[in-house]
Amino acid sequence: MFPPIPNPQAKPIEAKFGDKDLIKRSASNITPAAQRQTQVAKLIDVSKCIGCKACQVACLEWNNLTEEVGINTGVYENPHDLTPNSWTLMRYTEYENPESGNLEWLIRKDGCMHCEDPGCLKACPAPGAIVQYSNGIVDFVHENCIGCGYCIKGCPFNIPRVSKVDNKAYKCTLCSDRVAVGQGPACQKACPTQAIVFGTKDEMKQWADKRIKDLKSRGYNNAGLYDPPGVQGTHVMYVLHHADKPNLYSGLADNPRISPIVEFWKGFTKYAGLTAMVAVAGFGLLHHVVAGANRVTEHDEQEAKRLAEK
Amino acid sequence: MAKATEVAPGDAVHDGNPVVVDRYTTGARINHWITAASLVLLAISGLALFHPSLYWLTGLFGGGPNTRAIHPWIGVILFFSFLGLFIRFWKLNLWEHTDNVWLKKIKDVVTSKEENLPEVGKYNAGQKMVFWSMSVLIIVLIVSGIGVWEQYFGGYFTVEQRRVAVLVHAIAAVMAICVWIVHVYAAIWVRGTISAMTRGRVTGGWAWRHHRKWLRELVSGK
Repeated sequence: MFPPIPNPQAKPIEAKFGDKDLIKRSASNITPAAQRQTQVAKLIDVSKCIGCKACQVACLEWNNLTEEVGINTGVYENPHDLTPNSWTLMRYTEYENPESGNLEWLIRKDGCMHCEDPGCLKACPAPGAIVQYSNGIVDFVHENCIGCGYCIKGCPFNIPRVSKVDNKAYKCTLCSDRVAVGQGPACQKACPTQAIVFGTKDEMKQWADKRIKDLKSRGYNNAGLYDPPGVQGTHVMYVLHHADKPNLYSGLADNPRISPIVEFWKGFTKYAGLTAMVAVAGFGLLHHVVAGANRVTEHDEQEAKRLAEK
Repeated sequence: MAKATEVAPGDAVHDGNPVVVDRYTTGARINHWITAASLVLLAISGLALFHPSLYWLTGLFGGGPNTRAIHPWIGVILFFSFLGLFIRFWKLNLWEHTDNVWLKKIKDVVTSKEENLPEVGKYNAGQKMVFWSMSVLIIVLIVSGIGVWEQYFGGYFTVEQRRVAVLVHAIAAVMAICVWIVHVYAAIWVRGTISAMTRGRVTGGWAWRHHRKWLRELVSGK
């Protein structure tokens, strides 16, 4: 068993991280915090998950969210997708393993992966609406959010959702408020099987190693850690029994990275676009200085008069 | 008399000193200025969300969320307003052989040696290019813009489609702004032009110098 995080003391304590610990801020040039805090991570061990949705409930509870009562269409997902109120969602896949002939029930807790290279933050046009703390947490700052939905286009995991009520984007915060006072995320606290554990990223990798060894000893030869390098790693990681095929788990991206379209839009286009506009205007100015105005002459007026009176 | 091919309804010559030529009706001018105002507002609000160094422009629209909310609606106004201009102007903007000749002599155009150019109808090749490129770009912008309009259309497109839409929208917008700069600059550079869109008329000398074929047809149809 992973040693549980002790309960908090009753007396208030200072937040462990805040604005001074930012390493990235959307649409802003900031000097990253000189010293990075110990990086944190949440590890979701898919093989230990029993699909009870306690994490979903805990998330709603802690973040004071209410999900609409939906419609049962005969599947276990409830709600059917992530929403502005449901920041995490159990996704269920029935997989017939062609090697063993077994039916496997693959259950994955979906939600923000807290990428080290966050696509949402890269795409965001509003200064300070998305921030990344030096411990790795990627957080949305709603007072700065303008509701444009660019974060949705930036995200390689299709996570953020824009509320129809207040037109702000929402996603998992990794319970940054709880982590700031030394607690783990609410989902982790509620998980009855320790399928979700929380700690430093190093601790989580070590724990994952143990779990992977155990899975391999049980015949899951492809068991492994999902910490995708395409986004420079994530601060939410999975232990998968089929780490060679992440896609089996309700379409988990095999090789997630920020879309080249987004990179091109936020990179080349942004600078080339401004340059082009300034160049065209500059060319006009230069032309006017060199060539001067094109003026109608008295001769032209006389010719017109002669033509009109003919 | 040959059938006038370069004359729009409302165009007319009035004798006097100087000769005065009606170029745009009141309706066309109102239509133009609604289009112009919406295009400028779109450019400002769009640029505010395009480059972080221009985000402060959102202040002109009452902040970021308001800018995000209002920009697409101005786009709708622009689309329909431009549609009005398109219906008014498309016919006289059809491409002709003399437009190629005019373009080949672009050096004489930029150095104001108009005596070397073929006689031009109501619009020269440069104006026609502005017209057609704006027509195409505005269609591209409204279509891609719907793909970016998260509030109402977010659910209708895949994330990948929305990514393409936002990139296409940005590129088309940059091009439209460049075309707009050319349009405005040409109106300033060629003196006597702006009164066509403010008062609706130009002097005979202006028409003789820049759109002689149009003037000739107007006179012969008088």
